[in-house]
Amino acid sequence: MENGKSHPALEISDLSFSVGARSILSRVSFKVPKGEFLAVVGPNGAGKTTLLRCVVGVISRYTGAVTVDGRPLAAYRRRHLARLMSYVPQSDAGWFPFTGRELVMMGRYPYLNPFSPPGRRDLEVVERTLHITGTASLADRDIRTLSAGERQKILIAGALAQEAETMLLDEPTTFLDPRHTDEILSILSGLNRSGVTVVMVTHDINSAAAVSSRILALAGGEARYNGSVEAFMDNAVLEAVYGKQFTLVPHPARGLSMTLPGGPRP
Amino acid sequence: MNRTRQVAVLVALLAGTGAVLLMLPLVGMKLTPLRAILDPSGSGTEARIFWMIRVPRVLAGWLAGAALAAAGMAYQALFRNSLATPFTLGVASGAALGAALSIRFGLYLSVAGFSGTPLWAFAGASASILLVYGITRARRGMSTATMLLAGVAVSFFFSSLNLFTQYISDFTHTFRIIRWLMGGVQVAGFRSVLEMAPLVLAGLLITLRLTRELDILATGEEMAAGRGVDVVRTRNMLFFASSLMVGGVVAVCGPIGFVGLMIPHICRLLVGPGHRVLAPASILAGGSFLALCDTFARTIIAPAEIPVGVITALLGGPFFLALLIREGKH
Repeated sequence: MENGKSHPALEISDLSFSVGARSILSRVSFKVPKGEFLAVVGPNGAGKTTLLRCVVGVISRYTGAVTVDGRPLAAYRRRHLARLMSYVPQSDAGWFPFTGRELVMMGRYPYLNPFSPPGRRDLEVVERTLHITGTASLADRDIRTLSAGERQKILIAGALAQEAETMLLDEPTTFLDPRHTDEILSILSGLNRSGVTVVMVTHDINSAAAVSSRILALAGGEARYNGSVEAFMDNAVLEAVYGKQFTLVPHPARGLSMTLPGGPRP
Repeated sequence: MNRTRQVAVLVALLAGTGAVLLMLPLVGMKLTPLRAILDPSGSGTEARIFWMIRVPRVLAGWLAGAALAAAGMAYQALFRNSLATPFTLGVASGAALGAALSIRFGLYLSVAGFSGTPLWAFAGASASILLVYGITRARRGMSTATMLLAGVAVSFFFSSLNLFTQYISDFTHTFRIIRWLMGGVQVAGFRSVLEMAPLVLAGLLITLRLTRELDILATGEEMAAGRGVDVVRTRNMLFFASSLMVGGVVAVCGPIGFVGLMIPHICRLLVGPGHRVLAPASILAGGSFLALCDTFARTIIAPAEIPVGVITALLGGPFFLALLIREGKH
């Protein structure tokens, strides 16, 4: 930053959204500085997905402000926005028999001239992206034949091909087996270490604790917690968010607590 | 999908289209001898049948097939469903109502000497696609069941209005409307071809310009928004283009079903799902297919003829069911 000032990657202020009389999000405010790995957690129906949909502009009838890299969301053209911010929604990517590589190439859309085919640089970025995400072996497979975990990796590769400095992900590890969950989390922390700002919505408190640098917890459409991972893994905080206490055990290698599934044995 | 294979298929389809356009006009109750066409005076009966009846008819059939296939292909990407077609979504019914109203009430609103029927059909098509899309979207997830039910409901609704239009029409109007609703390429002279051609060509051009967006929309609207596609604008342009095409076709030929179902599906098997190749392939294949079906329809029981819509429905009905059953297995 030559002028010495760097805007936060993302700044949300007073964001509210309702459907009819039902309020989905109410006065949510937070900042995501560049380089951060923010996990957005909270119970089902807390408004996590809606929050992401407002941030990427899929939902536009909200009140409050979304600022991306110092400029309001509405000031961007969609193609330009896609070069700053990529998005991995909860999606099955459809029934069309595209190959993995074709799907990743779609991530180059914001850079492509409408009248010419992808250039050499686009092809290079796609191959590099496949390599980084460990999906080179899936590149020529029909996406419909991939497992959920493999498909999620290809979708992340597609978002990465946008070469955006911020990546938003909606439940990237839900429904995945433990191995794929771990692989995806390690891809994401790798990206974060290489400088990508990551905002990940997740149900899984332990995953959030393991990879993120900060946690934002939503419940009932409100931000209930925004702070360090260590302080979040505390039953007073967890109860405020989930309405329930958990069994907490210390992580053997790191100085933070993890939750165990199931209540205490009688 | 293999690049060589895609090129080979496109070349074959292009050659097929050339052959269809050059040879089918020769076919009829009597084969037209080449000498008759090339007769410089051009006044013989054979030459007149060739130039004024068969050539425009083959052209109209080709344009109709190309348009219906392209519209079906676009709907399938937008609804992310292989069963979305102008017919199943009720768009053809909407266009038919627009056209029937224009025939019944003589709402010609002629533009530069041409009848306004295609514009009324376009309006009807636009109304129904917006309605069906709205209903399908209102229930989140865009399920096949919701889409087909919405299509059926809209189709029935417009068909009843259409029946009502016939009921209050006099005998000659009613006969015209019913015969035309069977779907057929009964054109004589170039007037009808010129009536539908601007709508169809404009629609085809817009669709061909948006092939990259069609690819991305086929992976989901949210995904497309994240990739930088202006989803609302692109969707509206595609709805506009497909309504132009379906309106143009239905105004002249009536609702011809199932071309938009079979052709994109078969082409996807041949050249893969990428719309940059799929779109031209579907257009070429759709045009040739319908021109062939229509030539069959007008020769098989000559001197009488079958409406071509009957033939495409006989082929397409089982095809639709097979797709529906296969989709259930996924």
